[in-house]
Amino acid sequence: METVLAVTVGVLVAATVYLMLSRNLVKFVFGLMLLSNAANLTIFSAGGLIRGEPPLVPEGSYVPDGVVANALPQALILTAIVISFGLLAFALVLAYRAYQELGTVDTDEMRIAEPRPEPRTPAPAGKGTAA
Amino acid sequence: MAASAARSHPLTALVLVLPGALTVWFATMLPTVAAGETIRYAVDWVAGLDVALSFYIDGLSLLFALLISLIGFFIFLYARSYLAGDPHLGRFMLYLSLFMLSMLGVVLADNVVTLFVFWELTSLTSYLLIGYNHTDPKSRRNALQALVVTGTGGLALLAGLILLALVAGSFELSAINAAGDAVRAHDWYLGILILVLLGAFTKSAQFPFHFWLPNAMAAPTPVSAYLHSATMVKAGVYLMARVHPSLGNTEVWLWTLTIAGAVTAVWASILALRQTDLKPMLAYTTLMALGTLTLFLANTSEVAITAVVVFILVHSFYKATLFMVAGAIDHEAGTREIGRLGGLARLMPFTCLAAALAALSMAGVPPFAGFIGKELVYKGALAVASEPGFVAVAALAANAMMVTVAAIVAIKPFLGPKGDTPKKPHEAPWTMWIGPVVLAVLGLACGLAPALLLSGLVEAGVSAILGLDEPTSYPLQLWHGVNLPLVMSGVTVALGALLFWQWPRVRSAIDAACRRLPAADALYDGCMKRLVDLAEWQTALLQTGSQRHYVLVVFATLAAGLGVTLIVRDAVVLPTAMPQVAFYKWAVVGLIIAATLVTVFARSRLTAICALGVIGTSVALLFVMYGAPDVAMTQLMVEILIVIIVALVMLRLPAFRDDGHGDRTGHIRDAVVAIGTGIAISLTLLAVLQYPLDRRLTDYFEANSYPEALGRNIVNVILVDFRAIDTFGEIAVVAIAGLACFALIKLRPGRRSAAVEKEAAASGGDD
Repeated sequence: METVLAVTVGVLVAATVYLMLSRNLVKFVFGLMLLSNAANLTIFSAGGLIRGEPPLVPEGSYVPDGVVANALPQALILTAIVISFGLLAFALVLAYRAYQELGTVDTDEMRIAEPRPEPRTPAPAGKGTAA
Repeated sequence: MAASAARSHPLTALVLVLPGALTVWFATMLPTVAAGETIRYAVDWVAGLDVALSFYIDGLSLLFALLISLIGFFIFLYARSYLAGDPHLGRFMLYLSLFMLSMLGVVLADNVVTLFVFWELTSLTSYLLIGYNHTDPKSRRNALQALVVTGTGGLALLAGLILLALVAGSFELSAINAAGDAVRAHDWYLGILILVLLGAFTKSAQFPFHFWLPNAMAAPTPVSAYLHSATMVKAGVYLMARVHPSLGNTEVWLWTLTIAGAVTAVWASILALRQTDLKPMLAYTTLMALGTLTLFLANTSEVAITAVVVFILVHSFYKATLFMVAGAIDHEAGTREIGRLGGLARLMPFTCLAAALAALSMAGVPPFAGFIGKELVYKGALAVASEPGFVAVAALAANAMMVTVAAIVAIKPFLGPKGDTPKKPHEAPWTMWIGPVVLAVLGLACGLAPALLLSGLVEAGVSAILGLDEPTSYPLQLWHGVNLPLVMSGVTVALGALLFWQWPRVRSAIDAACRRLPAADALYDGCMKRLVDLAEWQTALLQTGSQRHYVLVVFATLAAGLGVTLIVRDAVVLPTAMPQVAFYKWAVVGLIIAATLVTVFARSRLTAICALGVIGTSVALLFVMYGAPDVAMTQLMVEILIVIIVALVMLRLPAFRDDGHGDRTGHIRDAVVAIGTGIAISLTLLAVLQYPLDRRLTDYFEANSYPEALGRNIVNVILVDFRAIDTFGEIAVVAIAGLACFALIKLRPGRRSAAVEKEAAASGGDD
C-alpha cells in the first residue's frame, strides 16, 4: 500500500505544481490546498502504515496491547493540518484583498513591488487605489 | 584667503591628545624592545575558534606604531589648519582618528583574525577619507576604486591567513613565524603565498595593482600625506615583513617579490617624471618607494633587510614632509601646477626650509638619513643572492629619477621668477609648517647620528623580520669609505641632475610614450563596467518580477536536485510487481486521483472546490483505515471549513478566463516541470520506504505515554505533553493568521475603487 500511496503523492504534487504555475491567483490557492494534502500523505506513508489499531493505551495497562499505528507521524500531521489551515485562510484573504486593491487575479499584472523593466503604457485596471 | 581668517573650533585641538599620548606611550617601550624583548597583550575574543584580541610588540611593530602615531600627531595638527572653516572638520577628524587606530591595530595585531579585522578597517576608513570631498564624483569614484582593489585583496588575505594558521597550528603570528619550516614544507605553501601576497600587493599598490594609489590623491592633502607616507600603503609592506620568517626564504617568494618590486619601482619613477602636479608626482614616488621595499623584502640577507627598515623610516619622514609642503603651497598659492609656481622661497621661508631638507634626504645626499638609506639599498642590491646586477640597475634607475623628482619638488616652486598663482602667496600658519620642519630635521638628525637615534629600533626591526632572537643589523654609519655603493650614489646624483636639466624634454617624451600604452586605470573601468553589465544581465534573468517565473525556478530546482541526487546515489527504486491491495483501498486512491485531475482541469471554480473537498475527505478515509481516527476527524472538520470559506471567498473573485499557463509552449513547460516534480517526489518516497522504519521515538512515546504523562491517547499526549511547546507555536501561528486576516479585511488605507466593486459584482455570480 505504501507504494500506491507514493504514486498518489506524486500525482498530487504534480497537480499542485501545475496549479501553482498558473497566472491565476485562484488556481494558485487551489494548488496550496492540494500541497498540504500531499505533504500529509507523505508523512503518513513514510511513518509506516499499520492496519487497524489506533495508538491507545488500554485501561489497566501501562503500554499499548500488541502492535498499534505509529503515533509520531499522526501527531506531526495534526499539527500540519492546523497550520496549513491557517496559511490557507491567510492566503485566501490576501488574494481577495489583492483583487480588491489591484482589480486583477493575474499575478503577472501584480507588479507594484517589481515593476516591469521597460516603460509600459499605463493600464487603468492596475490602479485600483487611485480613487 | 588666509587660513587664519577661519579658525578651527578650539575643541578640535583635543584630538591631538590621542596621537600625542600614543607616541609617548610607544616611545616608553623603546628601551624594552631595543633590548630584544617583546611585549604581548591578549584578551579572549571567540575562544571556541581560537580567535583572540591579541597584540604583539616587537621591533617591527613598534617601528610602525611609532611612525603612525608620531606622523599622525603632525598630520592632525596640520589638518586643523588646512581644513579650517570646513563645515565637516569634526567628521574629518573622526575618520582620521579611526584610521589611525585601525592602522595601529594592523601593525600591533598578533592574532591573524585580529590583523584581518583591522586590515579591513583601514580599507573602510581610508575609503571615507579618500572620498571626503563627497560632492565630487571623481573623488567618490577613486575612493570606491581604492576600496574595491584593497577589499578584494583583503578577501584573498583572509583565506591565506586562515590556511596559514591551519598549517602552522596556531592563529598567533608569533607562533606561526616560529613554525616557518613546517609552513614552507607544506603542500599548501604556494596557495597560501599567492593569497597573502595578493592582499599585500593590492594594499601596497604593487604592479599590476598600482593604479589605485595615484587616484587616491583625490583626498585632501593631509590624508595623502598620512596614507602615502607612513600608513595605509605601508600596511602591505608591513605584512610582507611580518610573514617574512614563515613565508620568506623560498625561490617563489624571492622571484615574485623581486620582479613585482623592481617593475613597480622603475615604472612608478618613470610615471612620476610625467606629472606636472606636485601631488600626483609625489604619489608616484611613493609607489617607487613601495616597489623598492618589496624588492628588498624578497631577500634574507642582513644588509637588504636593514635597508628595508631604514628606508621605511627615512621615507616616512621625507614623504610626509613633502606632501605637507605640497599641501601648504596649494593652500597659500592656490595651485600645485609646477609650471605656474616659482619664487616662493622668500614668501614661504619655513615651508621652503622643510622642502629643501626633505628633498635632500629623498635625493640621498649626505649627511641626511636618506643617504644612509640609499647606501644600504645599494649594498643590499649588491648582496642580493639571486640577481645582483638586475636589482642594482633597477635600484639605480629608480633612485636617479627620485633625485630628479626631489629636485623638481624642492627647486621649481621655490626658486626662479615669481609664478602666476591664483592666490597671493604668503607663509602658511605655524601649524602647517612645524610638522614638516620637525620631520625634516629628524631626517637630518638621524643621518648625523645614526648609531644614537636609529640603531636600537632598526636592530630590533631587522631581527623581527628575519625571525632572529637577538637584535642585530648591518652597522649604520654615514661614511663607509670609498666603495662601489658610494660610486653608485655619485652616478645616481649625476644622472638625476642630468634628468632634471632635461626634464621638460624627458617629460614630453614619456608623456607621448604613455599615451600609446594601455592604462591600467582604463582596464579597471572596463572590468567594473563588465561587472555591472553582468549583474544587470543576471538580475534581468533571475528577477523577472513574475511570480510564476519564481515558482517555476523553485520547483524546477527541487525536481532537478532530487532527481540528480537519486541518480547519483543510485537510489532509484521502481515498483516491480502490482501491489496487492484490497479493492476498497484502490477505490479510495482512485477517487483521490480522479478528483485531482478534475481540480486541475475544471473550468468552473465550484467544480474545482468540490473536487478538492473529495480529495480531503478521501485522505481522511485513508487516515481512518490506518489507525488514525484523531487525524481523520481533524482532517474532516478542517476540510469542511475550508470548502465553505473557499467557496465564500472565491465566488467574490472573477471567473477563470483561461487556465493561466499562456500559450502552447507555456502549457508544455509547466506540465513538464509539474510532472517532473511529481515523479521526483514519488521516487524519493519510494527510496525512503526501502529502509526499515526507525521506531526509537515511537517506542519511547508508547512506553512513556501513560507512566510519564498519565495519558492513554498517545497522539494526544505527544501533542500536549511531549511536544507541548511545538503545539503552543502552532496555536500562535493560527492566532497570528487570524489576526492578519482580520487586519486585511478591516483596516484599509483607502476606499476601494467603484470600478473594481462593479467588476467583482458582475463576475461574482457567473458560476
